[in-house]
Amino acid sequence: MATGRDDFVIAIRSAFLKKKDKQKFSLLTLIVLSIFVIVLSNFNFKAIQFVKLGINEVIYRSSHIASIPENKLKEITLKFKSHMDLYESLQKELIKIENSDQLKLQNEFLTAENKKLRELLDESINSQEIFARVLIDKDSPYLKSVVLNKGTKDKVKIGMAVIDDVYLVGQIIEVNYTNSRALLLSDLNSKIPSVLEPDDIQAVISGTGSDYGKIEHTQEEFREDFKNKEIFAYTSGLGGLFKPGIPIGKINNISEGKINFFSDFTQLNYVKIVSYKIGGEE
Amino acid sequence: MSSLNKSPFLKIFLSYVPFIMLFFSVFNEFDFNYLKLDYFAFNFVHLLIFFWTLRNPDQLGYLAIFFAGIINDVVIGIPVGISSFCYLILCSVTAYIRNITLTPNFMKDWISLLFTILLINSIQVIILDLVFLIKVDYTNYLINSGFTFLFYPIFFLFFNFLNERISYQTND
Repeated sequence: MATGRDDFVIAIRSAFLKKKDKQKFSLLTLIVLSIFVIVLSNFNFKAIQFVKLGINEVIYRSSHIASIPENKLKEITLKFKSHMDLYESLQKELIKIENSDQLKLQNEFLTAENKKLRELLDESINSQEIFARVLIDKDSPYLKSVVLNKGTKDKVKIGMAVIDDVYLVGQIIEVNYTNSRALLLSDLNSKIPSVLEPDDIQAVISGTGSDYGKIEHTQEEFREDFKNKEIFAYTSGLGGLFKPGIPIGKINNISEGKINFFSDFTQLNYVKIVSYKIGGEE
Repeated sequence: MSSLNKSPFLKIFLSYVPFIMLFFSVFNEFDFNYLKLDYFAFNFVHLLIFFWTLRNPDQLGYLAIFFAGIINDVVIGIPVGISSFCYLILCSVTAYIRNITLTPNFMKDWISLLFTILLINSIQVIILDLVFLIKVDYTNYLINSGFTFLFYPIFFLFFNFLNERISYQTND
Protein backbone atom coordinates (compact mmCIF):
# COMPACT_ATOMS: atom_id res chain seq x y z
CA MET A 1 0.00 0.00 0.00
CA ALA A 2 2.77 2.38 1.06
CA THR A 3 4.80 1.42 -2.00
CA GLY A 4 1.82 2.28 -4.26
CA ARG A 5 1.55 5.71 -2.65
CA ASP A 6 5.30 6.25 -2.95
CA ASP A 7 5.14 5.37 -6.66
CA PHE A 8 2.33 7.87 -7.15
CA VAL A 9 4.25 10.62 -5.35
CA ILE A 10 7.40 9.86 -7.34
CA ALA A 11 5.46 9.92 -10.63
CA ILE A 12 3.78 13.22 -9.74
CA ARG A 13 7.02 14.80 -8.56
CA SER A 14 8.82 13.64 -11.64
CA ALA A 15 6.01 14.95 -13.92
CA PHE A 16 6.09 18.42 -12.41
CA LEU A 17 9.78 18.91 -11.67
CA LYS A 18 11.79 16.80 -14.11
CA LYS A 19 12.98 18.52 -17.27
CA LYS A 20 13.53 16.60 -20.50
CA ASP A 21 16.72 17.27 -22.48
CA LYS A 22 15.20 20.00 -24.62
CA GLN A 23 12.92 21.57 -21.99
CA LYS A 24 14.29 24.76 -20.48
CA PHE A 25 11.68 25.13 -17.74
CA SER A 26 9.93 22.61 -15.50
CA LEU A 27 6.15 22.29 -15.68
CA LEU A 28 5.75 23.56 -12.14
CA THR A 29 7.65 26.79 -12.93
CA LEU A 30 5.45 27.47 -15.96
CA ILE A 31 2.20 26.62 -14.13
CA VAL A 32 3.16 29.03 -11.34
CA LEU A 33 4.06 31.61 -14.01
CA SER A 34 0.68 31.25 -15.73
CA ILE A 35 -1.17 31.65 -12.39
CA PHE A 36 0.96 34.75 -11.79
CA VAL A 37 -0.04 36.09 -15.24
CA ILE A 38 -3.76 35.43 -14.54
CA VAL A 39 -3.56 37.26 -11.19
CA LEU A 40 -1.50 40.08 -12.65
CA SER A 41 -3.89 40.63 -15.57
CA ASN A 42 -6.59 41.32 -12.97
CA PHE A 43 -4.80 44.41 -11.68
CA ASN A 44 -5.10 47.71 -13.45
CA PHE A 45 -1.64 49.15 -12.82
CA LYS A 46 -0.30 51.44 -15.52
CA ALA A 47 2.73 49.25 -16.21
CA ILE A 48 0.55 46.13 -16.61
CA GLN A 49 -1.82 48.05 -18.88
CA PHE A 50 1.09 49.08 -21.13
CA VAL A 51 2.37 45.52 -21.31
CA LYS A 52 -1.15 44.28 -22.12
CA LEU A 53 -1.56 46.90 -24.85
CA GLY A 54 1.80 45.95 -26.36
CA ILE A 55 0.96 42.22 -26.37
CA ASN A 56 -2.48 42.89 -27.89
CA GLU A 57 -1.02 45.11 -30.63
CA VAL A 58 1.57 42.54 -31.70
CA ILE A 59 -0.69 39.48 -31.47
CA TYR A 60 -3.69 41.05 -33.25
CA ARG A 61 -1.49 42.15 -36.17
CA SER A 62 0.28 38.78 -36.35
CA SER A 63 -3.04 36.93 -36.20
CA HIS A 64 -4.38 39.10 -39.01
CA ILE A 65 -1.36 38.29 -41.18
CA ALA A 66 -1.57 34.57 -40.33
CA SER A 67 -5.22 34.46 -41.36
CA ILE A 68 -4.72 36.13 -44.78
CA PRO A 69 -4.62 32.83 -46.77
CA GLU A 70 -7.75 31.54 -45.09
CA ASN A 71 -9.57 34.85 -45.56
CA LYS A 72 -8.67 34.82 -49.27
CA LEU A 73 -10.07 31.31 -49.57
CA LYS A 74 -13.27 32.40 -47.85
CA GLU A 75 -13.52 35.42 -50.19
CA ILE A 76 -13.12 33.24 -53.29
CA THR A 77 -15.80 30.80 -52.07
CA LEU A 78 -18.22 33.67 -51.42
CA LYS A 79 -17.53 35.23 -54.82
CA PHE A 80 -18.11 31.91 -56.56
CA LYS A 81 -21.37 31.38 -54.67
CA SER A 82 -22.64 34.89 -55.45
CA HIS A 83 -21.72 34.39 -59.13
CA MET A 84 -23.76 31.19 -59.26
CA ASP A 85 -26.77 32.86 -57.62
CA LEU A 86 -26.58 35.98 -59.78
CA TYR A 87 -29.85 35.68 -61.72
CA GLU A 88 -31.97 34.73 -58.72
CA SER A 89 -30.59 37.52 -56.56
CA LEU A 90 -31.05 40.07 -59.38
CA GLN A 91 -34.78 39.32 -59.54
CA LYS A 92 -35.07 39.73 -55.77
CA GLU A 93 -33.08 42.97 -55.82
CA LEU A 94 -35.31 44.49 -58.53
CA ILE A 95 -38.40 43.99 -56.37
CA LYS A 96 -36.54 45.39 -53.37
CA ILE A 97 -35.44 48.52 -55.29
CA GLU A 98 -39.01 49.24 -56.38
CA ASN A 99 -40.25 49.07 -52.78
CA SER A 100 -37.33 50.96 -51.31
CA ASP A 101 -37.77 53.95 -53.69
CA GLN A 102 -41.18 54.58 -52.18
CA LEU A 103 -39.91 54.12 -48.65
CA LYS A 104 -36.94 56.40 -49.25
CA LEU A 105 -39.14 59.39 -50.06
CA GLN A 106 -41.26 58.77 -46.98
CA ASN A 107 -38.15 58.32 -44.85
CA GLU A 108 -36.53 61.56 -46.04
CA PHE A 109 -39.59 63.55 -45.08
CA LEU A 110 -39.83 61.93 -41.63
CA THR A 111 -36.11 62.38 -40.95
CA ALA A 112 -36.25 66.08 -41.79
CA GLU A 113 -39.33 66.52 -39.62
CA ASN A 114 -37.72 64.63 -36.74
CA LYS A 115 -34.56 66.72 -36.99
CA LYS A 116 -36.56 69.95 -36.88
CA LEU A 117 -38.55 68.80 -33.83
CA ARG A 118 -35.40 67.69 -31.99
CA GLU A 119 -33.77 71.07 -32.64
CA LEU A 120 -36.82 72.79 -31.15
CA LEU A 121 -36.35 70.71 -27.97
CA ASP A 122 -32.57 71.23 -28.01
CA GLU A 123 -32.30 67.45 -28.34
CA SER A 124 -30.60 67.28 -31.73
CA ILE A 125 -28.33 64.25 -32.12
CA ASN A 126 -24.81 64.81 -33.40
CA SER A 127 -22.94 61.65 -34.14
CA GLN A 128 -19.37 61.02 -35.19
CA GLU A 129 -18.44 58.02 -37.25
CA ILE A 130 -15.12 56.25 -37.57
CA PHE A 131 -14.79 53.67 -40.33
CA ALA A 132 -12.95 50.52 -39.34
CA ARG A 133 -11.90 47.26 -40.93
CA VAL A 134 -12.40 43.91 -39.20
CA LEU A 135 -8.95 42.45 -38.52
CA ILE A 136 -9.96 39.23 -36.77
CA ASP A 137 -13.42 37.71 -36.62
CA LYS A 138 -12.62 34.65 -34.59
CA ASP A 139 -16.08 33.24 -34.03
CA SER A 140 -15.21 31.41 -30.86
CA PRO A 141 -17.92 29.23 -29.31
CA TYR A 142 -17.17 30.91 -26.00
CA LEU A 143 -16.86 34.61 -26.77
CA LYS A 144 -18.36 36.38 -29.77
CA SER A 145 -16.19 39.36 -30.63
CA VAL A 146 -14.27 40.99 -33.49
CA VAL A 147 -11.02 42.95 -33.56
CA LEU A 148 -11.11 46.27 -35.45
CA ASN A 149 -8.21 48.26 -36.89
CA LYS A 150 -8.98 51.52 -35.06
CA GLY A 151 -7.89 52.36 -31.51
CA THR A 152 -7.13 55.24 -29.14
CA LYS A 153 -5.06 56.82 -31.93
CA ASP A 154 -8.35 57.37 -33.80
CA LYS A 155 -10.24 58.45 -30.64
CA VAL A 156 -12.08 55.16 -30.15
CA LYS A 157 -13.38 54.74 -26.61
CA ILE A 158 -14.84 51.87 -24.61
CA GLY A 159 -18.64 51.65 -24.95
CA MET A 160 -18.92 53.15 -28.45
CA ALA A 161 -21.48 51.51 -30.75
CA VAL A 162 -20.34 49.39 -33.70
CA ILE A 163 -22.58 49.58 -36.75
CA ASP A 164 -22.74 47.56 -39.96
CA ASP A 165 -24.49 49.72 -42.65
CA VAL A 166 -27.25 51.06 -40.39
CA TYR A 167 -27.61 48.03 -38.10
CA LEU A 168 -26.14 47.69 -34.62
CA VAL A 169 -23.64 44.83 -34.32
CA GLY A 170 -22.02 45.43 -30.93
CA GLN A 171 -20.02 47.71 -28.71
CA ILE A 172 -16.36 48.41 -28.02
CA ILE A 173 -15.09 46.59 -24.91
CA GLU A 174 -11.30 46.92 -25.21
CA VAL A 175 -9.19 49.65 -26.81
CA ASN A 176 -5.50 49.47 -27.73
CA TYR A 177 -3.40 52.08 -29.52
CA THR A 178 -4.13 51.00 -33.12
CA ASN A 179 -6.90 48.46 -32.66
CA SER A 180 -9.89 47.61 -30.52
CA ARG A 181 -12.19 44.69 -29.69
CA ALA A 182 -15.96 44.84 -30.14
CA LEU A 183 -18.32 42.49 -28.30
CA LEU A 184 -21.03 41.29 -30.70
CA LEU A 185 -24.74 41.37 -29.85
CA SER A 186 -24.83 37.58 -30.01
CA ASP A 187 -22.40 37.15 -27.10
CA LEU A 188 -23.84 35.87 -23.82
CA ASN A 189 -22.42 38.92 -22.02
CA SER A 190 -24.08 41.47 -24.32
CA LYS A 191 -27.05 43.43 -22.90
CA ILE A 192 -28.54 46.26 -24.99
CA PRO A 193 -31.28 48.61 -23.72
CA SER A 194 -33.83 48.68 -26.52
CA VAL A 195 -37.30 49.68 -27.51
CA LEU A 196 -39.75 47.36 -29.29
CA GLU A 197 -41.70 49.14 -32.00
CA PRO A 198 -44.44 49.95 -32.97
CA ASP A 199 -45.76 49.44 -29.41
CA ASP A 200 -42.93 51.43 -27.78
CA ILE A 201 -42.11 48.82 -25.11
CA GLN A 202 -38.78 49.04 -23.28
CA ALA A 203 -36.72 45.84 -23.11
CA VAL A 204 -33.17 44.54 -22.84
CA ILE A 205 -31.84 42.41 -25.69
CA SER A 206 -29.36 39.80 -24.54
CA GLY A 207 -27.06 37.62 -26.58
CA THR A 208 -27.46 33.86 -26.39
CA GLY A 209 -24.14 32.64 -27.75
CA SER A 210 -25.97 31.62 -30.95
CA ASP A 211 -26.91 33.77 -33.95
CA TYR A 212 -30.10 35.12 -32.33
CA GLY A 213 -30.89 37.25 -29.28
CA LYS A 214 -33.44 37.13 -26.49
CA ILE A 215 -35.81 39.74 -25.07
CA GLU A 216 -35.43 40.24 -21.32
CA HIS A 217 -36.61 42.56 -18.57
CA THR A 218 -39.78 43.70 -20.25
CA GLN A 219 -43.50 43.77 -19.45
CA GLU A 220 -44.99 40.41 -18.50
CA GLU A 221 -47.90 40.72 -20.92
CA PHE A 222 -45.84 41.84 -23.96
CA ARG A 223 -46.26 38.47 -25.66
CA GLU A 224 -50.06 38.89 -25.77
CA ASP A 225 -49.80 42.43 -27.21
CA PHE A 226 -47.37 41.36 -29.92
CA LYS A 227 -49.34 38.45 -31.34
CA ASN A 228 -49.86 38.73 -35.14
CA LYS A 229 -47.70 41.86 -35.37
CA GLU A 230 -44.36 42.55 -36.99
CA ILE A 231 -42.11 43.80 -34.19
CA PHE A 232 -38.74 45.49 -34.66
CA ALA A 233 -36.16 46.29 -31.99
CA TYR A 234 -34.18 49.55 -31.93
CA THR A 235 -31.73 50.96 -29.42
CA SER A 236 -33.55 53.05 -26.82
CA GLY A 237 -30.54 55.19 -25.97
CA LEU A 238 -31.40 54.78 -22.29
CA GLY A 239 -28.01 53.52 -21.17
CA GLY A 240 -26.48 56.72 -22.57
CA LEU A 241 -24.06 54.71 -24.71
CA PHE A 242 -25.97 54.27 -27.95
CA LYS A 243 -27.79 56.70 -30.15
CA PRO A 244 -31.54 56.03 -29.91
CA GLY A 245 -33.16 54.38 -32.94
CA ILE A 246 -30.38 52.16 -34.30
CA PRO A 247 -32.07 49.04 -35.77
CA ILE A 248 -31.11 45.82 -33.98
CA GLY A 249 -33.37 43.05 -35.24
CA LYS A 250 -36.80 41.62 -35.86
CA ILE A 251 -38.74 39.42 -33.46
CA ASN A 252 -38.87 35.93 -34.83
CA ASN A 253 -40.64 33.89 -32.20
CA ILE A 254 -42.70 35.92 -29.77
CA SER A 255 -43.52 33.05 -27.40
CA GLU A 256 -39.82 32.38 -26.80
CA GLY A 257 -38.79 36.05 -27.06
CA LYS A 258 -36.35 35.21 -29.87
CA ILE A 259 -34.97 38.02 -32.00
CA ASN A 260 -33.14 37.72 -35.32
CA PHE A 261 -30.39 40.30 -35.76
CA PHE A 262 -30.47 42.33 -38.99
CA SER A 263 -26.74 42.04 -39.53
CA ASP A 264 -24.96 38.80 -40.38
CA PHE A 265 -22.03 38.77 -37.94
CA THR A 266 -20.13 36.16 -39.94
CA GLN A 267 -19.84 38.50 -42.94
CA LEU A 268 -18.45 41.64 -41.30
CA ASN A 269 -15.65 43.31 -43.26
CA TYR A 270 -16.04 47.02 -42.64
CA VAL A 271 -17.97 48.64 -39.81
CA LYS A 272 -18.59 52.10 -38.36
CA ILE A 273 -17.68 52.99 -34.78
CA VAL A 274 -20.16 55.63 -33.65
CA SER A 275 -20.19 58.12 -30.81
CA TYR A 276 -22.93 60.70 -30.33
CA LYS A 277 -24.02 63.62 -28.22
CA ILE A 278 -27.47 65.07 -27.66
CA GLY A 279 -28.09 68.83 -27.85
CA GLY A 280 -25.36 70.93 -26.30
CA GLU A 281 -24.05 68.21 -23.91
CA GLU A 282 -20.32 67.46 -23.78
CA MET B 1 22.24 3.20 -46.98
CA SER B 2 19.04 4.54 -45.40
CA SER B 3 20.90 7.68 -44.30
CA LEU B 4 21.37 8.53 -47.97
CA ASN B 5 17.61 9.07 -48.24
CA LYS B 6 17.63 11.55 -45.36
CA SER B 7 17.58 15.19 -46.29
CA PRO B 8 18.88 17.70 -43.71
CA PHE B 9 16.21 20.22 -44.74
CA LEU B 10 13.40 17.66 -44.31
CA LYS B 11 14.86 16.64 -40.97
CA ILE B 12 14.79 20.20 -39.64
CA PHE B 13 11.41 20.99 -41.21
CA LEU B 14 9.70 17.86 -39.86
CA SER B 15 11.04 18.42 -36.37
CA TYR B 16 9.37 21.87 -36.38
CA VAL B 17 6.02 20.69 -37.79
CA PRO B 18 4.27 20.20 -34.39
CA PHE B 19 5.54 23.62 -33.28
CA ILE B 20 4.34 25.27 -36.53
CA MET B 21 0.94 23.55 -36.29
CA LEU B 22 0.55 24.73 -32.69
CA PHE B 23 1.28 28.38 -33.43
CA PHE B 24 -0.62 28.35 -36.73
CA SER B 25 -3.74 27.08 -34.99
CA VAL B 26 -3.60 29.61 -32.15
CA PHE B 27 -2.83 32.55 -34.45
CA ASN B 28 -5.14 31.64 -37.27
CA GLU B 29 -8.89 31.86 -37.47
CA PHE B 30 -9.02 28.44 -39.09
CA ASP B 31 -8.36 26.38 -36.01
CA PHE B 32 -11.15 23.81 -36.46
CA ASN B 33 -12.94 25.18 -33.40
CA TYR B 34 -14.85 27.60 -35.49
CA LEU B 35 -16.25 25.78 -38.51
CA LYS B 36 -19.51 27.68 -38.05
CA LEU B 37 -21.44 24.44 -37.84
CA ASP B 38 -24.10 24.35 -35.14
CA TYR B 39 -23.30 21.94 -32.36
CA PHE B 40 -19.95 21.07 -33.87
CA ALA B 41 -16.67 22.21 -32.40
CA PHE B 42 -13.52 20.55 -31.27
CA ASN B 43 -10.25 21.75 -29.91
CA PHE B 44 -7.38 20.89 -32.23
CA VAL B 45 -4.79 22.46 -29.91
CA HIS B 46 -5.75 20.14 -27.06
CA LEU B 47 -5.31 17.09 -29.31
CA LEU B 48 -1.99 18.36 -30.63
CA ILE B 49 -0.55 19.08 -27.18
CA PHE B 50 -1.88 15.82 -25.74
CA PHE B 51 -0.33 13.66 -28.47
CA TRP B 52 3.07 15.33 -28.73
CA THR B 53 3.71 15.82 -25.03
CA LEU B 54 2.73 12.18 -24.47
CA ARG B 55 4.50 10.47 -27.35
CA ASN B 56 7.40 12.76 -28.26
CA PRO B 57 7.79 15.62 -25.76
CA ASP B 58 11.10 16.71 -27.32
CA GLN B 59 9.21 18.12 -30.32
CA LEU B 60 7.01 20.50 -28.34
CA GLY B 61 8.58 22.47 -25.47
CA TYR B 62 6.58 23.55 -22.46
CA LEU B 63 7.70 27.14 -22.95
CA ALA B 64 6.28 27.14 -26.49
CA ILE B 65 3.01 25.73 -25.14
CA PHE B 66 2.93 28.44 -22.48
CA PHE B 67 3.34 31.18 -25.12
CA ALA B 68 0.80 29.52 -27.42
CA GLY B 69 -1.69 29.73 -24.55
CA ILE B 70 -0.99 33.44 -24.06
CA ILE B 71 -1.53 34.06 -27.80
CA ASN B 72 -4.75 32.01 -27.79
CA ASP B 73 -6.12 34.07 -24.89
CA VAL B 74 -5.34 37.37 -26.60
CA VAL B 75 -6.81 36.27 -29.95
CA ILE B 76 -10.00 34.84 -28.42
CA GLY B 77 -10.33 37.71 -25.95
CA ILE B 78 -10.39 35.90 -22.60
CA PRO B 79 -8.21 36.98 -19.63
CA VAL B 80 -4.52 36.32 -20.36
CA GLY B 81 -3.00 33.22 -18.78
CA ILE B 82 -6.06 30.94 -18.62
CA SER B 83 -5.29 28.90 -21.76
CA SER B 84 -1.60 28.63 -20.77
CA PHE B 85 -2.64 27.26 -17.40
CA CYS B 86 -5.04 24.73 -19.01
CA TYR B 87 -2.49 23.64 -21.62
CA LEU B 88 0.13 23.11 -18.89
CA ILE B 89 -2.33 21.06 -16.81
CA LEU B 90 -2.77 18.92 -19.93
CA CYS B 91 1.02 18.60 -20.14
CA SER B 92 1.26 17.57 -16.48
CA VAL B 93 -1.30 14.79 -17.04
CA THR B 94 0.62 13.51 -20.08
CA ALA B 95 3.90 13.71 -18.13
CA TYR B 96 2.31 11.67 -15.34
CA ILE B 97 0.93 9.08 -17.79
CA ARG B 98 4.37 8.85 -19.41
CA ASN B 99 5.97 8.21 -16.02
CA ILE B 100 3.62 5.41 -15.01
CA THR B 101 3.41 3.72 -18.44
CA LEU B 102 5.95 1.20 -19.66
CA THR B 103 4.33 0.34 -22.99
CA PRO B 104 2.13 3.02 -24.59
CA ASN B 105 -1.41 1.89 -25.32
CA PHE B 106 -3.79 3.80 -27.59
CA MET B 107 -6.98 2.88 -25.70
CA LYS B 108 -5.55 3.97 -22.34
CA ASP B 109 -4.37 7.24 -23.89
CA TRP B 110 -7.79 7.84 -25.40
CA ILE B 111 -9.64 7.29 -22.12
CA SER B 112 -7.18 9.50 -20.23
CA LEU B 113 -7.74 12.21 -22.85
CA LEU B 114 -11.46 12.24 -22.02
CA PHE B 115 -10.80 12.78 -18.33
CA THR B 116 -8.12 15.35 -19.04
CA ILE B 117 -10.21 17.51 -21.38
CA LEU B 118 -13.17 17.34 -19.02
CA LEU B 119 -10.84 18.47 -16.23
CA ILE B 120 -9.25 21.35 -18.14
CA ASN B 121 -12.54 22.57 -19.62
CA SER B 122 -14.05 22.50 -16.12
CA ILE B 123 -11.10 24.52 -14.81
CA GLN B 124 -11.52 27.02 -17.65
CA VAL B 125 -15.29 27.37 -17.04
CA ILE B 126 -14.74 27.80 -13.29
CA ILE B 127 -12.10 30.51 -13.80
CA LEU B 128 -14.13 32.37 -16.45
CA ASP B 129 -17.54 32.08 -14.83
CA LEU B 130 -16.78 32.29 -11.12
CA VAL B 131 -13.59 34.37 -10.99
CA PHE B 132 -13.89 36.71 -13.98
CA LEU B 133 -17.74 36.68 -14.10
CA ILE B 134 -17.72 36.09 -17.87
CA LYS B 135 -20.82 34.14 -18.94
CA VAL B 136 -19.99 31.02 -20.94
CA ASP B 137 -22.14 28.46 -22.71
CA TYR B 138 -21.78 25.17 -20.83
CA THR B 139 -23.35 23.21 -23.71
CA ASN B 140 -20.68 24.47 -26.08
CA TYR B 141 -17.95 23.32 -23.70
CA LEU B 142 -19.54 19.90 -23.34
CA ILE B 143 -19.97 19.49 -27.12
CA ASN B 144 -16.42 20.68 -27.66
CA SER B 145 -15.09 18.13 -25.16
CA GLY B 146 -17.14 15.35 -26.76
CA PHE B 147 -15.98 16.03 -30.31
CA THR B 148 -12.37 16.54 -29.19
CA PHE B 149 -12.51 13.07 -27.61
CA LEU B 150 -14.15 11.50 -30.68
CA PHE B 151 -11.68 13.03 -33.14
CA TYR B 152 -8.59 11.80 -31.30
CA PRO B 153 -8.22 8.51 -33.26
CA ILE B 154 -8.16 10.36 -36.62
CA PHE B 155 -5.54 12.83 -35.47
CA PHE B 156 -3.68 10.07 -33.66
CA LEU B 157 -3.12 8.33 -37.02
CA PHE B 158 -1.92 11.55 -38.63
CA PHE B 159 0.34 12.58 -35.74
CA ASN B 160 1.67 9.06 -35.37
CA PHE B 161 2.62 8.97 -39.05
CA LEU B 162 4.35 12.31 -38.65
CA ASN B 163 6.10 11.13 -35.50
CA GLU B 164 7.42 8.06 -37.33
CA ARG B 165 8.71 10.27 -40.16
CA ILE B 166 10.44 12.52 -37.62
CA SER B 167 11.98 9.53 -35.84
CA TYR B 168 13.14 8.08 -39.17
CA GLN B 169 14.75 11.36 -40.20
CA THR B 170 16.45 11.99 -36.86
CA ASN B 171 17.71 8.45 -36.08
CA ASP B 172 20.77 7.16 -37.79
